[in-house]
Amino acid sequence: MAVGLTLIFGVMRVVNFAHGDMMVWGMYLAFVLSTRAGIDPYVSFVVCAAALFVLGVAVQRGLVDRILAAPHEMQILLMLGVALVLENTALLAFGPEPARVRSPLARLTWDVGPLYVDVARLVTFGLAIVLTLALSLFLFHTERGRLIRAAADNPYGAMVIGTDVRRVYATAFGIGAACVGAAGALVSPILPFQPPTGLSLSVTSFNIVIIGGMGSLLGAFIGGLLVSVAESLGAVFLRPSLKELFSFSLLILILLLRPAGLFGRRAS
Amino acid sequence: MKWALGLTALAVLLGLPTVLSGYAVTIFVLIFFYAFLAQAWNIVGGYAGQLSAGHAAFVGVGGYTAALLLDRGITPWLGMLVGAALAAVLGSIIGYLGFRFGLRGFYLVLLTVAFAEVCRILASNIDAVGGAVGLYITFTGNPRQFQFQDQRAYYYLALALMLLGTGVVALIERRRFGIYLTAIREDEGACEALGVPTFKYKMLAMVVSAFLTGLGGTFYAFYLFSLQPNTVFGIPLSVEIIIRAVIGGAGTLLGPILGSFILTPLGVPISPPHHQARLAMTAPEKRTAPAPISNRPPTRPAA
Repeated sequence: MAVGLTLIFGVMRVVNFAHGDMMVWGMYLAFVLSTRAGIDPYVSFVVCAAALFVLGVAVQRGLVDRILAAPHEMQILLMLGVALVLENTALLAFGPEPARVRSPLARLTWDVGPLYVDVARLVTFGLAIVLTLALSLFLFHTERGRLIRAAADNPYGAMVIGTDVRRVYATAFGIGAACVGAAGALVSPILPFQPPTGLSLSVTSFNIVIIGGMGSLLGAFIGGLLVSVAESLGAVFLRPSLKELFSFSLLILILLLRPAGLFGRRAS
Repeated sequence: MKWALGLTALAVLLGLPTVLSGYAVTIFVLIFFYAFLAQAWNIVGGYAGQLSAGHAAFVGVGGYTAALLLDRGITPWLGMLVGAALAAVLGSIIGYLGFRFGLRGFYLVLLTVAFAEVCRILASNIDAVGGAVGLYITFTGNPRQFQFQDQRAYYYLALALMLLGTGVVALIERRRFGIYLTAIREDEGACEALGVPTFKYKMLAMVVSAFLTGLGGTFYAFYLFSLQPNTVFGIPLSVEIIIRAVIGGAGTLLGPILGSFILTPLGVPISPPHHQARLAMTAPEKRTAPAPISNRPPTRPAA
């Protein structure tokens, strides 16, 4: 999920506050597909990714494009607005009750010696790695991917060599949203969700991205691991409800000492 | 002309409670209250252009302080000032770190959010301040404890707060302070080059803003009779404050008031459950003990 955010932020320097809410929509889509059509979320994540891709492109084309030149603050407020709209439409459509997708996989566990491994989590983790790898292959080894990175580095230069920067932005935003959609569908059997979940998901993914480093895929991945390890350790040694304290303290430290993040390039 | 208009508006607002129903008075209280918070945010977020998304932290600190001091037998009228002072201290810590390390835009937003979240998590984990359940204030109806039988008392208090906030902003706007702040928002680099002590003025803006917001926190606590970490320290409250100022016009004197007049009534029919409880309490004019408040996370009004 943080990977998608990294892509959007890294490429366009747009702060997508609607990230978590897009993810919640991915979750609800998986929910609807599994309750109405009986499709397992581990299959339907492809559909969710596609749907969110369309939503991402629409948001980019319709809204973000208009204010790319405006200062950061304006973009934050715009995306906050999008987040509120998405969250409240979810609230209208699905109600405030927590939902959870049932999947036969989620009930399986494997015995590995002294450990119990949750199959659902394992599959989610595996798919996350596959998606991250696929995304980096795309970014580093295809024409389109190179264009995205070029537009990120220097939009003006990219325009000079004949890139349709707006189109590249739309693709990047769409792919970012698609990642979130896939992630949403994949965690929906593990994590119960409700419309307001979106906000805390956004904040968590910002944590991860800042800690890992803006615009670095590896950073996003490692940041994700770091945040979850810090939270789990905090939950073990102190109180479980205090676990978020660790990720936020980590965030404050990183913001002050190394705003570009652990794996990021220096912010310009 | 301008003065006449302002005075007429004031006279109308002063006279309104005599003709309004209890329900409408409640809505006006919320309008004034949010206008006040948005006005306080306006100083640092609007004029100085330093986007803070953690103002809920100041509301929470102000409210918690006054409520806890009341338990020790100190009147909220005094506790209000202590709470506001503590909020200002918190504001200066956040401001110092944020501005000293040169965080701008998005990074400052995240820093303020992170601080508010840390406050929220701490408040919900320290049992001495009520933990996750929060604090409940027993209704006594004693004006010395900042509690009133009459809805209209809250109305005038909220109105006074809004006027106080607006007065402070008007004062700032006319002075060098306000002009510096606007200049910092427009071009910080140029300001520094011209020798404006930007750090000092940004700090001042943050501290004044936090102080006022802390005052608002006390009002919040003694108007709703309950403080829950998730609502008073939560991001949704910060967002509520920001959107009012932004929609009305951030960095203008009357913007936050206009924003609150537009958005607050819109939000009432679909407002957070704790506000609903409050409205339900006031609807039959006579207030009884505060209804138990559900622990559902607040739903936000559509913006």
